[in-house]
Amino acid sequence: MDSWPLLSILIWLPIIGGLLLLPWNKDCQKNAVRWGALGISLVTLALSGVLWCMFDNSTADMQFVETAQWIPALNAYYALGIDGIALPLILLTCFCTVLVCIAGWQVIQDRVAAYFASFLMMQGIMIGVFSATDGLLFYVFWEVMLIPMFLIIGIWGGPNRVYATIKFFLYTFLGSVFMLVALIYLFMQSGDYSISSFYNLDIPHNVQIWLFLGFLFAFAVKIPMFPVHTWLPDAHVEAPTGGSVILAAIMLKLGGYGFLRFSVPILPEASLTLANFMIALSLIAVIYIGFVAVVQKDLKKLIAYSSIAHMGFVTLGIFMAIPLLLDGSNTHAIMGVEGAMVQMISHGFISAAMFLCVGVLYDRMHTRQIADFGGVANVMPVFAAFMMLFAMANVGLPGTSGFVGEFLVILSAFKLSFLFAAFAAATLLLAPAYTLWMVKRVMFGEVANDKVAALKDISLREATFLTASALFVIGLGVWPEPLLAMMRTTIEHWVLHLQMVVR
Amino acid sequence: MLTWLSIIIILAPLAGAISVGLLGRVMGRPPAHWITITSVAISFAASVWILGIYIAQPFEVFEKTLYIWGQSAGIPIEVGVYIDSLTIAMMCVVTFVSLMVHIYTIGYMCDDPGYQRFFAYIAFFTFSMLMLVMSNNFMQLFFGWEAVGVTSYLLIGFWFKRPTAIYANLKAFIVNRVGDFGFLLGIAAVFLVFGSLNYGEVFGHAELLSNETLTLWSGTTVSMATAACILLFIGAMGKSAQVPLHVWLPDSMEGPTPISALIHAATMVTAGVFMVARMSPLFEQSTAALTFILVIGGTTALFMGLVGIVQNDIKRVIAYSTLSQLGYMMIAVGASAYAAGVFHLMTHAFFKALLFLGAGSVIIAMHHEQDMRKMGGLWRYMPITYITMLIGSLALSGIPPFAGFYSKDSIIEAVKLSTIPGAGYAYFAAVAGVLVTAIYTFRLFFMVFHTKPRMDDKTKSHLKESPWVVTVPLILLAIPSLVIGYILIGPMLFAEHAFLNPSLYVLPQNDVLAKLGEHFHGALAFTLHAPMTLVFWLAVGGIALMWALYIKWPGIPEKIKNHFSIIYKILVEKYGFDIFNDWFFGKGTRGVGNVAWKVGDIKIIDGAMVNGSAHLVGRIAKLSRYVQSGFLNQYVQIMIIGLLGLMSWWLYAWVG
Repeated sequence: MDSWPLLSILIWLPIIGGLLLLPWNKDCQKNAVRWGALGISLVTLALSGVLWCMFDNSTADMQFVETAQWIPALNAYYALGIDGIALPLILLTCFCTVLVCIAGWQVIQDRVAAYFASFLMMQGIMIGVFSATDGLLFYVFWEVMLIPMFLIIGIWGGPNRVYATIKFFLYTFLGSVFMLVALIYLFMQSGDYSISSFYNLDIPHNVQIWLFLGFLFAFAVKIPMFPVHTWLPDAHVEAPTGGSVILAAIMLKLGGYGFLRFSVPILPEASLTLANFMIALSLIAVIYIGFVAVVQKDLKKLIAYSSIAHMGFVTLGIFMAIPLLLDGSNTHAIMGVEGAMVQMISHGFISAAMFLCVGVLYDRMHTRQIADFGGVANVMPVFAAFMMLFAMANVGLPGTSGFVGEFLVILSAFKLSFLFAAFAAATLLLAPAYTLWMVKRVMFGEVANDKVAALKDISLREATFLTASALFVIGLGVWPEPLLAMMRTTIEHWVLHLQMVVR
Repeated sequence: MLTWLSIIIILAPLAGAISVGLLGRVMGRPPAHWITITSVAISFAASVWILGIYIAQPFEVFEKTLYIWGQSAGIPIEVGVYIDSLTIAMMCVVTFVSLMVHIYTIGYMCDDPGYQRFFAYIAFFTFSMLMLVMSNNFMQLFFGWEAVGVTSYLLIGFWFKRPTAIYANLKAFIVNRVGDFGFLLGIAAVFLVFGSLNYGEVFGHAELLSNETLTLWSGTTVSMATAACILLFIGAMGKSAQVPLHVWLPDSMEGPTPISALIHAATMVTAGVFMVARMSPLFEQSTAALTFILVIGGTTALFMGLVGIVQNDIKRVIAYSTLSQLGYMMIAVGASAYAAGVFHLMTHAFFKALLFLGAGSVIIAMHHEQDMRKMGGLWRYMPITYITMLIGSLALSGIPPFAGFYSKDSIIEAVKLSTIPGAGYAYFAAVAGVLVTAIYTFRLFFMVFHTKPRMDDKTKSHLKESPWVVTVPLILLAIPSLVIGYILIGPMLFAEHAFLNPSLYVLPQNDVLAKLGEHFHGALAFTLHAPMTLVFWLAVGGIALMWALYIKWPGIPEKIKNHFSIIYKILVEKYGFDIFNDWFFGKGTRGVGNVAWKVGDIKIIDGAMVNGSAHLVGRIAKLSRYVQSGFLNQYVQIMIIGLLGLMSWWLYAWVG
C-alpha cells in the first residue's frame, strides 16, 4: 500500500461518501443512510489504523507525503503529509466520527441524510486541516470546516441556536481573517505557501509580534482561551450531542495544533516575548474558568467550561517551551509539549464521553438542568458506572488518560516557576469541585422526581459507544507509552528547531 | 520468584474486583464473595511467603520494573515493585486486615442490595493499596495514593441515597485533593532535583536536596529540602487526616463499618505515615520539615483525642481516636523514629480494625443504631464482642501487655530523647494524649457494654451475638492485638538487625531509637518497667476515672458538662473547623464562581468586549432574523472594524 495516497483517501472518502448520502432523504431510506454512514466511518477508522501501523515513529519528517500543483498563480500546492503531531489527532478524529454515527442513530429523525453527511464531511475536512502542509490549503480546509458545523448547530440545534451559531460563526470567522492576513504576509516573504519554508524565514521582531497576534486570534478562539471563550458554552448548549462531541473532541484541538504548527516554530521570538502573557492566559483558564464551571446550572455548560479549563494545560505546556529552553532545560521543555499533546488527545476522549453521557440523559429527559435530576444512579446503575469513570477521568485521576497530560505539564512547570506549577495544580481542587459536585447532584441521592423514576438504563447501542470511550480513557491512563512513542521524535525535533532559533 | 509473587499479590485482588465488578449482578452473591475473598487470600498467602523468604535470607531491596508506563523527554516512568522490609510489613498488614474485613462483610452487608458492588470496591481498594505500598517510583505511588482516595470516595458514598453520605464523600475527596495538591508539587520538586521519579535513583542521591534552593516567588527562596519535604507531607496530612486537613475523616463514618475498619483506620489513612517512612532519606535532609511534622502530629494527637471524649456516636468516637493515633504515628516519624511510627501503624491496624469491627457487631445487634446513649449493658448479650472489644480497648489505651502499649510507649520514649525543635511540644501532647485516650476509650466501653440498658424493649428483645462470619474476624484480630506488641517490639525496633532498619535512613544525630535501644533489655523488662512510668498511671487513671464517672457515680458527667459548658461547646463544635470550611471554602468558592461567571463572562466579556455594549447582547437574537436578508454582512463588517480597533489598542498597550 506504499504507493496509495492514503491521506487523500482519508480526506475524500468521507467527504464524497457524505455527498453521496445526501439525496437519500426518504423516510424508508433512513436505516440505509445510517448503516452507510457507519460503514464509511468504520472504513475510515480502519484506514487510519493502517496509517498508524505504517507510520514510522523514528523520524520527524513528514510522512505519506503527497504533492500536486493546485493554484499555480499563487504557487499553492495540494500538499499533504503528517508527522507525530498530526497523526494522533487524525486517529482521534476518525474514532470520534464513529462515536457520533452511533450516537445519532435514533436520536436524529429529522433530515437524517443531511445529518450524517455533515459529520462525514466534517471528518474529511478536519483530517485535511491536520494533514495539509501547504498554508493556503490549510486555510481553505480551516474555513470550510465552519460550514458543516454551522449547519449542524443551526439545523439540529436547540431553541436558541441562531444566537449560538452567529456567535460561533463571528468569533471563528473573525479569527480566521486575521490568520489569512498573517499567511499572506508569510507568503510574500517566502514565495510559496509551504509551511516548512515559513520555518526558515528570518522575520524581524516587531513583525513577528503582529503575525503572532494574527495567528493568536484564530487559534485562541478555537481552543478557546480566555477571554475569547464565551462562544463555546453557548455553542455547546445549542448543539446536538454529536455536534458537541466533535466540537469538544476535535475542533478545540485545532487551536492547539495551530500553535504547534504555526505560531511557535514560525515566530519563536514573538513566542518568547509573549510567553508570560500566554502562560498567564492559560493559568487564568485553569483557575478562573474552573470557578465559573463550579456554579453552572446546565450540564453542557459545565462540561464546556471544564473543557476550557483543561485546554489551559495545552497552551501552558506549549508556551512554557521557549522560556524553558532559554533556561537550559530541554527535558522539561519536551515534557511540557508532550504533556500538552497528550492532554489534547485525552481531552478528546473524555469530553466526547462526557457529552455523550449528557446526551444519554437529554434524550430521556429533554432537559440539561442539573436541578431537574437527582438520584439517577438508582434507576440507571450501568450508566452511573460509566458516568463515574468519565467524571473521574475529567478530575484527572491517575490510571485514566486525564492524569497523564496534566502530570507532565505540572512537572515541567515546576522547573519554570513554583507559582506556575502551583496555579496549574489548582485544577486538582477545582476539577473535583465542579465535576463531582455535579455528579453528586445528578446521580446520587433519592430519586428526585417521577421523570427520573421512569428512566431506563442505557441500551446496547449506548453501551457500545460508552464502552469504546472507556477503553481508551483507561488504556491511555494505564499505558500512555504508545501515544507518547507516536509523537516523541516529532516533538523532540520541534524543540530542537526552537533551540537553534532561540540561541 | 519474587517477581511472580509480587505480580500475583497485585493482580489477584484486581482480577477479583474486575470480575465481580463487571459480572456481579449476573453471578449473584455467593460467587461474589468467594471470588474476592479467594483473591485477597491469595495475596495474603503470597505476602506471607515473601515474608518467609525475607526471614530466611534477608535482602536489602528487591526492585523490578514491570513495564514502562511512559517515556517522556527520554526519562522512563515505570510501573514496578520495590520490596524491602517496610514493604513486606505493609503488605502483610494490608492483606491480612483486608481478608478479615472481606469475611466480616458477608455478615455485615448480608441485607444490602449493593452486596456485590461492595465486594468489588473493597477488592479494588486492596489492589490500590498494594500498588501504593509496593511501588518503586513516585508516579505509581501517586496512582495508588489517588486510587485509594477514589475507592474511599465510592465507599463513603456507598449508600448514595443518604444526603449525609454523599456530602461526606465529596468532602473527603476534595479535602484529600488539598493534600494531593501539595503532594503532586512535592513530586515535581523531587523530579526537578533528581531528574527521575524512581526511588532507587532518588534515595541514592538524597543529599542533593540539601544543596538546592527553591524560589517560591521573586525574592523568596527556601531550602529545597524543606520545601519538597513539607509539600510531600501536605499529601500525608490529607491522607492521614492531620490537622487542619482532618475534617473529612469523622464524616467518613457515613460509610459502612467494614470500610471504616479497613480504609479509615487500618490501611489507607496510615498511607501518610508509610510515605514519610518510605521517604526517610529525604525527610532526614530537613530538620525544619521534621519540626513541622512534630507540631502537626502533636496537635492532632492531643486535640482530636479531646473531641473524641464528647462524641456520642460509637463510630465517631473511634474515628476521633484514629485521628489521635495517627497523630502519634506522625510524632514518631517527625522525631526520626520511623520504625516506631511503622510499628504503631501495625499494632494500631490490628486493634483499631478490631474496635471498628466490634463496633460494627454492636451496630448489627442494635439494628443499625449508633448512638451510645441508647446502648448499655450489652456485655450480657454479646460475650465474644464484649471480650474482644475489651482487648482492643486495653490495647488502644496502652495497658501492658497489650499491643498498643509497646508501640505507643516506644514513641513517647523516643520523642522524649529527640533534639529536633518541636519535640518538647510533641512529647507533652503525647503524654497528655495517653490520659485522653484512656478516657474516651473507656467512656465508650462502659457506655456500650456496662451501665443500665437504655434501648427500647423491641431492640432489647432482639439483642444477640453476631454470626460467626463476624465474630471469627474479631477473634483473629484480637489475637495480634494481644500479643503482637510483646513479640515484635524487639525484632522491629531494638534488635541488632532490626527488621525495618535496612529500609529506613536516619541521620546518626537523629537516631533516638538507637539511643533508646541501649536501655532495652527485652520485652519482658520493658513490660515490667511500665508501672514506674507516669504514662502507665495516666492510662490506668483514665480508666479508673471513667469507671467512677460512668459506673460508680453516673450522675457526674452531666454535671461536668453543664459546669464547663463553654469547653464542651468548643469540643462539640470540633473547634469550628467545619463551620469555617463550609463558610469560607464552600460558600466562598461558589461566590467567586458566580462573580466570575455573571460579572466576568457575561457582563464584561460578552457584554462589553464582544458586542461592544451590553445592549447588543439582547439584540443579537433580533438581529438574527436579518441573517437571511443580508444584514449579516454589514454586521460582520461592523464587528471587524470594532475588533480591529480593540486589537490595535490592545497591541499598543502590550508592544508599544
